[in-house]
Amino acid sequence: MVNTQITLSGVTLDNPVIPASGTFGFGYEFAQWYDINCLGAISVKGTTQEPRFGNPAPRIAETPGGMLNAVGLQNPGIDKVVAEELPKLREVYHKPIIANISGFSLEEYVACCAKADASPLTDLIEVNVSCPNVQHGGLSFGTDPDMVYQVTQAVKAVCKKPVYMKLTPNVTDIASIAKACEAGGADGISLINTLLGMRLDLKRRAPILANTTGGLSGPAVFPVAVRMVWQVYEAVKLPIIGMGGVSSAQDVLELMLAGATAVQVGAANLVNPYACKEIIEALPREMERLGIQSLTEIIGGAH
Amino acid sequence: MKQGLFTILNNEKLAKDTYRMVLQGDTGAITGPGQFVNIALEGCFLRRPISVCDYGPDSLTIIYKVVGRGTAQMSCLPAGTELDLLTGLGNGYDLEKSGDQPLLIGGGAGVPPLYALAKRLLEQGKHPTVILGFNGAQELFLQEEFQTLGVDVTVATADGSVGVKGFVTDAMPSQGYTYIYTCGPEPMLRAVYDKSVTSGQFSFEERMGCGFGACMGCTCQTKYGNKRICREGPVLEKEEILW
Repeated sequence: MVNTQITLSGVTLDNPVIPASGTFGFGYEFAQWYDINCLGAISVKGTTQEPRFGNPAPRIAETPGGMLNAVGLQNPGIDKVVAEELPKLREVYHKPIIANISGFSLEEYVACCAKADASPLTDLIEVNVSCPNVQHGGLSFGTDPDMVYQVTQAVKAVCKKPVYMKLTPNVTDIASIAKACEAGGADGISLINTLLGMRLDLKRRAPILANTTGGLSGPAVFPVAVRMVWQVYEAVKLPIIGMGGVSSAQDVLELMLAGATAVQVGAANLVNPYACKEIIEALPREMERLGIQSLTEIIGGAH
Repeated sequence: MKQGLFTILNNEKLAKDTYRMVLQGDTGAITGPGQFVNIALEGCFLRRPISVCDYGPDSLTIIYKVVGRGTAQMSCLPAGTELDLLTGLGNGYDLEKSGDQPLLIGGGAGVPPLYALAKRLLEQGKHPTVILGFNGAQELFLQEEFQTLGVDVTVATADGSVGVKGFVTDAMPSQGYTYIYTCGPEPMLRAVYDKSVTSGQFSFEERMGCGFGACMGCTCQTKYGNKRICREGPVLEKEEILW
């Protein structure tokens, strides 16, 4: 018997596979496809202080090996998420829940994270300083080490639960951003969010997305994720949740060897609703094939 | 909602850029006309959402227009090919509100889902009439199939090559129907909305990520809040639509 259990800052997961925020709604809807209690944890839809409709349509465009999205943080707001969405998820799911929080100002990050932290249904707070699809906020916080430091420190001051900063790959030096998280007191780091991209409609001679640009995800970005998880693992001592184009058990093991303690699966959920379940089922077989007894022993194992 | 493997029984050209594909497999997840399937294609990352034209216990028919790489690829697939489908997606039309003489209005690639709808309405003893709109005669399809059902069909073409010259609204009666069911391009839906004198249901199209409610890629605003075209849609009630 192989051991797939891992621990993220004191939160124990049966396995390292977590559906990524924005690709799994608030989780309960996937219970129609399979028993979601097989998941290591769930990172729920990105949440802001106020309800948001998000961007106008079209919000989705296909790319080679992936897709662009410009949803723009559509969500019902933190109060409704805590009062309605998380309890609805808890009805069908009893494993760890990761809240994913976005903001447009330092104050909003703090207020929203405090509410997420206070909910008895959350286990870990993932702070998104990397959304590429909103004006004034998100990405603009995540590309500046000083801003990342400030957000991290301010959020940590109001949270009792582990705080993981979710970083954007749209930077020159990911190591300096990761170090800012560590200096600010973060418990861990999640990466990568989507890469900023764009597609044009040849007939209309105009961008496909109403938002002009969007975030690239899918297998096309997997090598970027491996590289950045590798760099962050070398730069800081914090645990890493790796993500970006993961679509197989082999991808999970590769990101863990690069330095990830847990792994999120994103775009794959949208084309195959069973993606996470199939990866979790394949993981022990892959471990046996590669002679891995326990997953914790391979974290950063390629360094 | 269900994932399953289907086998292509037939895939033939019906009209200009328009193909009919018959697929064999488990259709148990389909709850009514107006729903769609989401088809995985080799080499395409996203699935392709296509409305269901007709369905039985173990087969379904789709009619699709070649508009891009995915549908072009579909048009070349031979019989016997296996395809991975998500079925039973979307809300579909609500037949209960039709009254005795519902009017069904379809434009171009929006025509197919009205076929299964007409069949179900006839089974319930209702008396539907149909208006079909196309750009021209070379794009015309399903007229005979509707007539074979015993339904009164009016065709409108933009170039006047068949039927009434003009849009579907030029062929629309000013009264004499109990309800509207429609599917087609948004400008057509809007024109039908403006001219219709009864309530009705309007089926919308949008670029989708997943097709089953996970990604929020196709959300629209309605009078009753946000709705995902793939989940709470694609059919919206006339009274809730915000243009």
